[in-house]
Amino acid sequence: MAGVSDHETSSHEMGMHTEQLSGRDQQVFFDLSEEGGFTYTDSFDVDFNKRTEIDVSNMDAKQTNLRLRELMAEGYGTIVLNNPGAKHSIAVGILNRLNLIIEGSLGYFGCGLIDGPNVRISGRVGWSFAENMMAGTIVIEKNAGSTFGAALRGGDLVCKGSVGSRTGIDMKGGTILVGGDTGAFSGFMMQRGRMVVCGNAGKNLGDSMYDGNIFVGGEIRDLGVDAVPGELTDLDRAWLTRKLKMYDLLPAKGVDHFKKIVAGKQLWNYDNLEPTEKKLIL
Amino acid sequence: MCGIAGLIHRDGAGEIGREMTDMLQALKHRGPDSTGFAIYGVPTQDQFVLRFKVAEQEEMAKGFKIHDEVKRRRVSVDERLKTLEARVLEVEEATEYAFRYRIAYGGDLKKLSDYIEDVEGAEILSIGNALELIKDLGDAGTVSGQYALGGFAGTHGIGHTRMATESDVDIRSAHPYWAYPYNDIAVVHNGQITNYWLMRRQLEREGQRFVSNCDSELLAVYTATNLDKGASLEDSLKQSIQEIDGVFTYLVATKDELGMAKDTMAAKPMVLYEAENLVALASEEVAIRSIVPHEIDTWDPYDEEVRVWRA
Repeated sequence: MAGVSDHETSSHEMGMHTEQLSGRDQQVFFDLSEEGGFTYTDSFDVDFNKRTEIDVSNMDAKQTNLRLRELMAEGYGTIVLNNPGAKHSIAVGILNRLNLIIEGSLGYFGCGLIDGPNVRISGRVGWSFAENMMAGTIVIEKNAGSTFGAALRGGDLVCKGSVGSRTGIDMKGGTILVGGDTGAFSGFMMQRGRMVVCGNAGKNLGDSMYDGNIFVGGEIRDLGVDAVPGELTDLDRAWLTRKLKMYDLLPAKGVDHFKKIVAGKQLWNYDNLEPTEKKLIL
Repeated sequence: MCGIAGLIHRDGAGEIGREMTDMLQALKHRGPDSTGFAIYGVPTQDQFVLRFKVAEQEEMAKGFKIHDEVKRRRVSVDERLKTLEARVLEVEEATEYAFRYRIAYGGDLKKLSDYIEDVEGAEILSIGNALELIKDLGDAGTVSGQYALGGFAGTHGIGHTRMATESDVDIRSAHPYWAYPYNDIAVVHNGQITNYWLMRRQLEREGQRFVSNCDSELLAVYTATNLDKGASLEDSLKQSIQEIDGVFTYLVATKDELGMAKDTMAAKPMVLYEAENLVALASEEVAIRSIVPHEIDTWDPYDEEVRVWRA
């Protein structure tokens, strides 16, 4: 591939640039030449060495999230959140650099709409965890519920246990790593990004996926519409090994046994026509 | 949306009334319209607990005549019990319109049920050697307080908090559903059954009766019919995944079992906690944590998963 660096060549070979974006309006959100484009206007300047702990057993979700915001405003860059008690909507909307350590389990909608923090959770998380996550890292030590990482845009979302159904539904980027099994309809309408499942995958894996890669170490019950096996390349192996090692998920037998699933791209949405153009044709 | 919960003690009786109240109160946000409990005490041979109502709660606010009417209806029920030689051993009046009788009866339960429900406004909520089914409008705390469930001891139970979507906000449409006229079978359900009318008509042709237009009642009647034909609870649950369309997660309790089934789409939530002496399930973990207030290992059962536990 002439005119591109080795790094770029690798990313092309790994299938990260295969979606044809022509025919659609693209909006520029950030001007890379402006420093302000890299941070939110109301983000806080925090110090990772400034650490505190909070007990949220008697707080509801709103109180907990406001308290986290207050602590970031005070410059705390490392916060330990104790006794979340599986409550819903905890640690949502954090658009900041932050080390957040959650000692316990979260309920539904935890860590949704976050952009930037590094989160470690010692327990389990419920449905729709990390929905629309933009950037950062989340590591969950136990299991997760369904629609894990729905519409994920970026970052690493790691569950060391098993996850429910529809994992990574509509994901648009980033990486989901699952140490155990995943349920039915995982990767449904996936558009970009990568999902790695070390255990088994339920039925209809990758149904109607547009793009992206799914890697499965165990058995796949069956593939969804337009999801097809892909070739596991050396670059894939290198990436899988590095990524899984990073989170202590690398299987003892390595990654050679992983299966790669990609989009067959035979569905109607690959014609690149605008809806108005489609009407003219139909 | 609705919330469902269930638990079973595997080492003898526990404080089922209080535990189910706590679990369902934690699920109040999933459905505040009504709350129901199906709780199982120590079974008594040849004695039944009969839970029935002679009016809807909302009727009681409509004029003065209804108060005399419910008294008249109750007298009719008492007379019919006497006619069928059912001996009333104990009476509790939880509300002006809902009652709990302990009766000694050796006859046909269907005959008894049909005769009582022939009284205008009368509906049997449950008959069982162990089952007591309580449901009314309001949250778990309100219903539990009204019917004094806090001190109820038993082995297992299921419960429901309802957000009415397909049918009215009344006791008739509230869960759990007793599997009329079968002893000790109750069901709670979260979801929507899309071949409800087809299956209902089929079961009605077989002689089954429905009291409401709530799709969840189908699961109770369906389960009871299967068990009556000799199927095990596990078989019935597995069969339901093939025969019933829609999205559903439901729990079934019998005299000594608790079962769950999740549909093929896995679209309705269920969190499972399984310890040596206790199994607890709920639409959300926060309900389980209300009775097990420390960090626990839980997981989501997958699509088409069926589980049965014995007390």
